[in-house]
Amino acid sequence: MNEAVVMKKGEQAVSDSELAMHGHGALIEESPYAIPSRKFTMWLFIISDAVTFGAFLFAYGYLRVATPNWTRPFESGSVINVILMTIVLITSSLTMLGAVDSSKAEDKPKAMRFLYSTMALGALFALLHIREWFELLHRGITLSSGLFGQTFFTITGLHLLHVISGVIAIFIVASKYSAGRLTPSHVETTGLYWHFVDLVWMFVVPLVYLTNFAR
Amino acid sequence: MSAASGNVIRKYLPVYFVLIAIFLVEVFLAFRNFSSGSLVVLLLLLALGSAFLGLMYFMHLAEERRGLFLTLIPVTIFVLLMMNMIWSDSVRLLHMHPPSQ
Repeated sequence: MNEAVVMKKGEQAVSDSELAMHGHGALIEESPYAIPSRKFTMWLFIISDAVTFGAFLFAYGYLRVATPNWTRPFESGSVINVILMTIVLITSSLTMLGAVDSSKAEDKPKAMRFLYSTMALGALFALLHIREWFELLHRGITLSSGLFGQTFFTITGLHLLHVISGVIAIFIVASKYSAGRLTPSHVETTGLYWHFVDLVWMFVVPLVYLTNFAR
Repeated sequence: MSAASGNVIRKYLPVYFVLIAIFLVEVFLAFRNFSSGSLVVLLLLLALGSAFLGLMYFMHLAEERRGLFLTLIPVTIFVLLMMNMIWSDSVRLLHMHPPSQ
């Protein structure tokens, strides 16, 4: 009975001090409304971070529609690059799901392989993104070259920062999970962040890249 | 190693392919000569569809306990109301038509 309750609390061992602090009753009689605090905190972070991106993307969309002579720097080559980047990022979400499910199934070697795959795909995405940045910079579009440059580099830079942070976070979680110092619930929470980064990209591509080809 | 972990990603493949298909539809629509306003609306609707699938199946919100789901609703509403603060600036910018590069 006690073991089952411990699993629900995030698969962490309950120490004697915790038992003394909360008593056995709190562990055995779980509230039907109880929410794992780690996961809940990540959801609150995701919602607050979504506001940041939402504000930037709304501003971009608004400026894009309201400005008749908006800069249109993207050509077919850029679209192919964006398609590749998007497929890489969605695939990384898939491998992250594999990592989360494998860790829950206590298959650590497979979870680690999926985590490394996610990191590799995230790094590939970042490299493709930076390559595209250099192409734009080479054509004279910079952070200070006009409204397009300012908004483009701000939004994609913020997203790229999230991707790089995510890769670092996955690396740290993977290392500690491999060493047995973190649990599958940590992998799951990191996965939530990674999927969020993927979802944000679903909005960045249409607004920033694809509206480039509108009439 | 449990038997269930053999095909861990297989159950997510339908959602994965739908997400890629939605994205490819977005790319297709981008080249259909829509006006900026129409294209933004169309693409945002498709992006919202993608986000819904991602939230429900990749982030497992569909399988989460109701307590988490219900707690996130007022938080999201609060966040959306807070975003309302930027609308006034947006209306001001509409009449200014800021210059592009």
